[in-house]
Amino acid sequence: MSGAAAGMGEGVTGRLSRRGRWLSFLTKLGVFVMLMLLWHAVTVTEIVSPFFLPQPGAVMTVFWRILSSGRAWPDVSVTFFEFAVAGPLAVVTGIFGGYLISMTRYSTIVLEPVVSSLYAIPIIIFYPISIMALGIGPESKIAHGALFGFFPICLNTIQGFSGVDAIYLRMARSTGATKAQLLRRILIPAAAPTILNGVRLGLMLCFLAIIGGETIASLEGLGHRIVWYAEGMQMTNMFAYIVFVILIAAVMNICLSLLELRRRGA
Amino acid sequence: MSATGARLPPPWVARLCVIICLLILWEVLGRMGTALFFSPFSKVVMTGHQIFFDAEVRQALLTTGWVLALAFALSLILGLVLGLAIAMSKFTYQTFLPVLLLLYAIPQITILPLFVLYFGTGPASKIAFGVSHGLFPVAVSVIAGVQGIKPILLTSAASMGATRGQIFRRITLPYLVPSLFTGMRLASTAALLGVLLAELYASAGGVGHFTRRFSETFQPDKLYALIGALALMAIALNEATRRLERRFSKWR
Repeated sequence: MSGAAAGMGEGVTGRLSRRGRWLSFLTKLGVFVMLMLLWHAVTVTEIVSPFFLPQPGAVMTVFWRILSSGRAWPDVSVTFFEFAVAGPLAVVTGIFGGYLISMTRYSTIVLEPVVSSLYAIPIIIFYPISIMALGIGPESKIAHGALFGFFPICLNTIQGFSGVDAIYLRMARSTGATKAQLLRRILIPAAAPTILNGVRLGLMLCFLAIIGGETIASLEGLGHRIVWYAEGMQMTNMFAYIVFVILIAAVMNICLSLLELRRRGA
Repeated sequence: MSATGARLPPPWVARLCVIICLLILWEVLGRMGTALFFSPFSKVVMTGHQIFFDAEVRQALLTTGWVLALAFALSLILGLVLGLAIAMSKFTYQTFLPVLLLLYAIPQITILPLFVLYFGTGPASKIAFGVSHGLFPVAVSVIAGVQGIKPILLTSAASMGATRGQIFRRITLPYLVPSLFTGMRLASTAALLGVLLAELYASAGGVGHFTRRFSETFQPDKLYALIGALALMAIALNEATRRLERRFSKWR
């Protein structure tokens, strides 16, 4: 570790040397290639039973088939329908609730700890209640997803609005700004980055909560399909669907992050 | 806060009122719905609490408790080791941090069935799934802690002839404590989520099993009592770790 001694003075975030950067890149690539080769080797030689771990090539083939044949469509449409209802619900209630709470300093002091304590509860424990009350269909997933997404959005909205510098507000008021102007010109622009960060987090959590709800108890949807293949011991199909869902989540995350970045740049 | 005014009650009184209002709301809504699915607050307190005298339920709470404790301890140890290994040098930091963040970004819930296939339906799969949730926050916090050490401290220590071991013991470790506590708080909630998810998905013992049983046999009072107890435990755990975190980060 000669790099360690050299880098000591500037901590771990300093720039690597040219050779170091190359080595770093090669190592990253190497780790990935080695893992793939290892996966391939243990499955081809059947050191690990194909019942436990399918071959990577087979998984990729099935994955392409899922993409090209559109056979995942029924599950995708169910999951996305649930998300399309639960996501906006979480955003609207979260922002509105957060705005109401942060209207005055006093209500923020009183209510913020209540909301953040509730956020500490793993919301998944309420899922049996929503199954019981709303049934095993999409309704219970929508309720669960919306509840999961609500908290980070609400908390970030509170943080965003209450974190606005008092000087801006005083200045706007002293120059005779109306309430609406205050909201549009000062509060919203100042709070937007924090709120958008909460929206991104909330929407991701909402999506994952829906998948989780489908995994635990459902008759349809992407989460259910993974479990369905797992219980049928169709490992190749299961892995392909896992890759599919992970990719959807990654694409969503990237899109939401881009939205956030663009807003910040504007 | 001067803005609270003279006539407003202190915040904790108002907070208590809000909580009481929420409980009243629960009472009213619980009475409006059918008794098959809903249970008002009073009934949950009056009859639901009996489950805690049931030996089986106690056993389940105990099982979930030790599974969570083990998952938390493992997350802490593995996360600390992993975090320190990655933050060991510039090279390891810039090479393996992206790998760690990539793994962190994978939604674990999608691979929950794999955990059950590999580790069975016993406690092992719950512990493993809990660790998969708790490990990353600890590692990331530890790395962030090392990252935040002022370079000048390291330079001055090195220039005074401190060895690597001394630097680690005297600078890195003390500086790590606050972020380690942040990681612990995040990990405790994450591990709890992981353990409960795995228990709800497939389990023969533990709390998840009983929530399933109570909901399938339509005993909402018992279900709500169990969930209420879990929620209180989660809030207490979070509050305790948050206090510890605040206490240990004061010195900085």
